[in-house]
Amino acid sequence: MSDAATTPQSGNSKTILLFALVAVLFIGTGFVQSWNTALTIFNMGLISAIMALGVNMQWGYAGLFNVGVMGFVALGGLAAVLVSSDPVPEAWAAGGPQVLLGLVLGAMTIVAAILTYTKLPAGRLRALAVVVVLIGGFAIFRTVFDPAVEAVEAVDPASTGFLGGLGLPVILAWPMGGVLAAGAAWIIGKTALGLRSDYLAIATLGIAEIIIAVLKNEDWLARGVKNVTGIPRPVPYEVDLQANEAFLNAFADPVTASTITVKLAYAGLFILFLIALIWLSEKAWNSPWGRMMRAIRDNEVSASAMGKDVKARHLQIFILGSAVCGLAGAMMTTLDSQLVPGTYQPLRFTFLIWVMVIVGGSGNNWGAVLGGFLIWWLWVQVEPMGLMLMQGLTYFLEPGSALSEHLLDSAAHMRLLTMGLILLLVLRFSPRGLIPER
Amino acid sequence: MDFLNALVALANFVIIPATAYGAQLALGALGVTLIYGILRFSNFAHGDTMAFGTMITIFGTWGLQAAGVSFGPLPTALLALPLGIAVTALLVIGTDRTVYRFYRENKAKPVIFVIASLGVMFIMNGIVRFLIGVDDQRFADGERFIIRARDFREMTGLDEGLAFRTTQGITIVVALIAVIALFWFLNRTRTGKSMRAFSDNEDLALLSGINPDRVVLVTWIIVAALATTAGVLYGLDKSFKPFTYFQLLLPIFASAIVGGLGNPLGAILGGFLIAFSEVGVTYAFRKVVGYLGPEDWQPEGLLQLLSTDYKFAVSFGILLIVLLFKPTGIMKGKSV
Repeated sequence: MSDAATTPQSGNSKTILLFALVAVLFIGTGFVQSWNTALTIFNMGLISAIMALGVNMQWGYAGLFNVGVMGFVALGGLAAVLVSSDPVPEAWAAGGPQVLLGLVLGAMTIVAAILTYTKLPAGRLRALAVVVVLIGGFAIFRTVFDPAVEAVEAVDPASTGFLGGLGLPVILAWPMGGVLAAGAAWIIGKTALGLRSDYLAIATLGIAEIIIAVLKNEDWLARGVKNVTGIPRPVPYEVDLQANEAFLNAFADPVTASTITVKLAYAGLFILFLIALIWLSEKAWNSPWGRMMRAIRDNEVSASAMGKDVKARHLQIFILGSAVCGLAGAMMTTLDSQLVPGTYQPLRFTFLIWVMVIVGGSGNNWGAVLGGFLIWWLWVQVEPMGLMLMQGLTYFLEPGSALSEHLLDSAAHMRLLTMGLILLLVLRFSPRGLIPER
Repeated sequence: MDFLNALVALANFVIIPATAYGAQLALGALGVTLIYGILRFSNFAHGDTMAFGTMITIFGTWGLQAAGVSFGPLPTALLALPLGIAVTALLVIGTDRTVYRFYRENKAKPVIFVIASLGVMFIMNGIVRFLIGVDDQRFADGERFIIRARDFREMTGLDEGLAFRTTQGITIVVALIAVIALFWFLNRTRTGKSMRAFSDNEDLALLSGINPDRVVLVTWIIVAALATTAGVLYGLDKSFKPFTYFQLLLPIFASAIVGGLGNPLGAILGGFLIAFSEVGVTYAFRKVVGYLGPEDWQPEGLLQLLSTDYKFAVSFGILLIVLLFKPTGIMKGKSV
């Protein structure tokens, strides 16, 4: 804190320099590869930056180690489906209300079990009662739920087979994604935040896997691995632009122009959200609330002695950070126009986000954003770079030999290696990241 | 007779597979728990350490097969296992020297070690994918079965067959040997005792002249041996695929935590508990119940509690329930 306070100027100019460097990377991609590619990477960079902001809230502000980012991102994606895709009336008629009834019964079972546990005196009788409630409740839940699910999934499984969504504008799904993720975070936080850091990490890792398992298997919800495609857009479609007389006349190459226009429109929307989030995060960071969070993070015992409710504050920040990840997840699914549960992998959606936060600078919102852009750019570009490297290496080998074929094929895996190396190097030689906490 | 049939069906589809899987998980969890107890962090790279060791063993197996060496009815991989362990030991000692030692000397917080292990995980994952690729590799050879289902039916006259695969038998035997050797080492040898002392109370151990560098070194060698053995057994029993090994992290952590992190006995208990629950909850009990009921009677549904894709959900569910009631696991574990 003291050294940062004495040289605020140099800190700011370094931040500006680093962001300028990232800008050069993206603009360079535009010139060397294509503006389409550059914008594609940029849009995902924006989303990655938002995810990194969410993780930074939990880790940088409060020191909570959440490795379940993927689960919250996936819930955001689910929100996009539930809010914006059209409802399937036949499926609702076939078993919609009964599915909901089943879910309510399932939830009631859990509530009943908790009540039994808290109301009865400790002892063998209580354990037995809880088990009976759980098993009985599960049996009732399955008898109501299973036939309804079967009926719903039987409705035209090739194109629907799920209940559909509310058919509302997709923009509404973004905050909904945040709400859904926040709800999940509340449940996890209530049970797991009392645990020590390593245990919390493994608990969040597990919950993320469960969320993905549900998304993959519960076809009635979001078609499972059959994927929901064609999620509506908040921006115009390329074909509509190309059909527009004025647009056609304005550009020499209307096809490229239309794709770039769409991407720019997405970028504009995402930038608005990102700016709003950074502004809010900075306000929170510099507020008494932010100071309290850092005090808790740096010394839980003394903060608790000063009368701060550590557990409640942890829950609060855990929910906020997860909500931001959910928001980013909904945005990503909107950008892709589809929800593909099979693509949610922890290496990509949890651990890579962590690399972004650590490399960018934990405890600094600008650092997290920088890390988001920089690491995402690298993640995409390391593959062609690896291929170039391998082509360089195999230049000296006999073309078509087993070794050179193998080297060329495995170039794609260079990115994991690179990311690990970057994480370790930064953690070792610049543990506070590129833009350290002020 | 029908009761026997039901029992055989249960043994065939639940007891034998779950025992083999439990032994693999227990070996994995033992590695995790040793690192937690002695080096004091949760090693996220453990799944990928298993994958690396298995990969080296597979390369060794291919080399032996190419040279025409075989192990008779047993899989050749067992002959290549020492090579896998040796190379993996060098790798983990190398990572300790280059990565973890720095943080140990600086007395970094445990969570920094965990984040560093994420970096190691990425690198190991990358190396494995780079060297052997992402595809499935089957490397089991030798006899496939100890008992075939048909032979069993002829032998006993029962309707239900029982198959006992060689890989399952080997898993159980090798795991048993490894566990006995480990406990003998920890309880009877000087180095093992100093490791336990170090795990119980670091300061006291240092005061009494235990060399911490040696303890760390031996720990990594044992972890490499356990991880490689667990990985090879899992690979022989199912198949080798880098991504699956990475995914094993969750059930392995669940086993170690449920049993009590830092407690070797707990890790074994946890491994079997998780394995039996995973297999039991996702197995369709229709056939078993069918045998127990009246003649020619089969229940309507599959009597399956959850679909197989919820395996991970089961491990995590047990983990959560145990942690809620016993925050340090069934057998009292450590907390950093």
